[in-house]
Amino acid sequence: MKAAASARFLTQPRGRVRRTDSATQWQLIWWRFKRHRIALTGLVVLGMLTCLGLFAGFFAPYASGTRNAQYLSGPPTVVRWSDRESGLQLRPFIYGRDLTRDPVTLRMIPTVDRSEKWPIYFFVRGQEYKFWGLLRTNIHLFGTESETIHLFGTDSIGRDIFSRTLYATRVSLSVGAVGVLVAFVLGSIIGGIAGLYGGVVDSAIMRLIEFIRSIPTLPLWMALSAAVPRDWTPLQTYLAITVILALIGWTWLARTVRSKLLSVRHEDFVLAARLSGCSDARIIGRHLLPSFMSYLIVDMTIAFPEILLAETALSFLGLGLREPVESWGVLLYAAQNVRSIAHMPWLLIPGIFVIIAVLAFSFVGDGLRDAADPYAKETSK
Amino acid sequence: MNVLRFLGFRLLSMVGTLLAVSVVAFVIIQLPPGDFADAYVAQKNQTGAAFTQAELLNLRHNLGLDRPWYVQYLSWISGIFLRLDFGFSWEWQRPVSELIADRLPLTLALAFSTLLFMYGIALPIGIYSAVRQYSIADHSFSLIGYIGLATPNFLLALIMMYFGQQWFGQSVGGLFSPHFEGQPFTWAKFIDLLAHLWVPVVVLGTAGTAFLVRSMRAVLLDELDKMYVVAARAGGIHPLRLLIKYPVRLALIPIVATLGWRLTYVISGAPIVGVVMGLPDTGPLFLKSLLNQDMQLAGALVFIFCALTVIGTFVSDILLALLDPRIQLSG
Repeated sequence: MKAAASARFLTQPRGRVRRTDSATQWQLIWWRFKRHRIALTGLVVLGMLTCLGLFAGFFAPYASGTRNAQYLSGPPTVVRWSDRESGLQLRPFIYGRDLTRDPVTLRMIPTVDRSEKWPIYFFVRGQEYKFWGLLRTNIHLFGTESETIHLFGTDSIGRDIFSRTLYATRVSLSVGAVGVLVAFVLGSIIGGIAGLYGGVVDSAIMRLIEFIRSIPTLPLWMALSAAVPRDWTPLQTYLAITVILALIGWTWLARTVRSKLLSVRHEDFVLAARLSGCSDARIIGRHLLPSFMSYLIVDMTIAFPEILLAETALSFLGLGLREPVESWGVLLYAAQNVRSIAHMPWLLIPGIFVIIAVLAFSFVGDGLRDAADPYAKETSK
Repeated sequence: MNVLRFLGFRLLSMVGTLLAVSVVAFVIIQLPPGDFADAYVAQKNQTGAAFTQAELLNLRHNLGLDRPWYVQYLSWISGIFLRLDFGFSWEWQRPVSELIADRLPLTLALAFSTLLFMYGIALPIGIYSAVRQYSIADHSFSLIGYIGLATPNFLLALIMMYFGQQWFGQSVGGLFSPHFEGQPFTWAKFIDLLAHLWVPVVVLGTAGTAFLVRSMRAVLLDELDKMYVVAARAGGIHPLRLLIKYPVRLALIPIVATLGWRLTYVISGAPIVGVVMGLPDTGPLFLKSLLNQDMQLAGALVFIFCALTVIGTFVSDILLALLDPRIQLSG
């Protein structure tokens, strides 16, 4: 491919403008990023997760908090495409379910009833939900006529884990996004101050960053979240936890802002802007910040999974978000002791989403890091 | 002389960091609404003994809780440094220092074994991956590494406990077999500890190992590309001897330099692993103290966790100075 490109270049008449000559910096970054196959896959996965989270009400068969008293601690429903009588068929279906009494423990346990078959239909009308708090609708992606379908099983009080995981995706990703944004604002301001003023201020801020880095973050996060009052509303708790996570996550961003500011502030274009009478604020916002924005985005992609993991860990321990808010960590809270996992291993499924999200973020971060400086020579790695 | 100045400087900065850490811990103790006296009175009221407002104020005065915060801080910090007195846990009705002394050794054992495990596994794999770049083994190590980095360690602990239950029918949690619980330390009990310790060590160390493998591989690859390696190879030095003697040694420097960070990482992850696996270390103690707002204990533990990493970083700085003579001793 490279050979072809250079051949084309040779055959082109001189003076013609190449595509790369007229492209903007962001186009160059995107072109380089696209070549990174795994990073591109990561981006697609992230897009899909975001979609699932944004339209959770549509993808989830049940509204958040719905309980199915007929199916407590139930294993995942198996979706089938074929059975003995009709062979392979196009429309997936599930078997019916009966409640029978266990002869030993006398508890009601669900059993699969193979005589009943319930085909799965798409775009069915089901429970009403509000689309982003605005539009009322009751269309769900899939469902059956009367039998309930629980792709990831149910928890001990009969809530559908698949639906809950989707709602949790929205909350968990938004905690990460808001946390990264707060960290970004904090990091730019603090790093900006360090880079602009230099001297004593700079070294004091650098000391502070080193100090924050040198202390173990998780215990600190745990202690701070434990101080969030229990009687706060879910929204208040959510905001408090997000800010707490951002309070420790800003250091990397601040460092990047500072070092980039130090390296570009004596460039000619800054001098030119100053000579043309630009204010400091305009120089920073219009000239300096865009010149290293790509590096900041790299740092934000790296900070995102860290905040996501921290939120998951805190909620898992019961110190972060709490019921009835749903986040991946809150769902995993139910899987805290080995006895419940042994009986209901499907409680761990939300954890797979955590792993997928973090993997996707680190792949995208790797790709972005290589693409962040599109003018650099490509390394052999 | 130079060495002494270097040591003195590092020691001073360590003490400074410790003081800063102690301020953080003290703020954490003060964070929740209410203080020790409130908690005490609430507890007494529950058992039926009625407390008047005057008695509450009196109690607060006796405990020194009505003094300004800096006086309280000074008495708290001097208690720690002079008498190893970390305060009193109202939940356990015991001095905090006793509680911590019971459980800290296991946390330390866990942290050190994890560090050993991480370096012991990561360095050979990193070297192999760099030397055999793009081989099947290299790719599979990177794949495992990516997954290891992305899996939160409490999830890994849960998964391992689940499979332990399924395959061996025994609980993987805890650090001792049931019949050794509460027994005095003997050789057999020590062996039993080792047989149990590896599970939390693996759980706690996986992400760090993955990270170390990745950085060892990257640094060594950079080093292997350099001219002196080509020259030495052309000169006919045995490849293995060449590898160990020059590039690996150079590549080790940045790896050892981040020992302090790795320690911070391990200490940071230890409480949650301890909680999930039900280890008798400081982890469950810490979580319980936070959930019950037993802040004297919680603050003391935060202080100890931080102090461990600060001291660890200090030691690793000195080790690095010994390892790499090029490090400027001026600090």
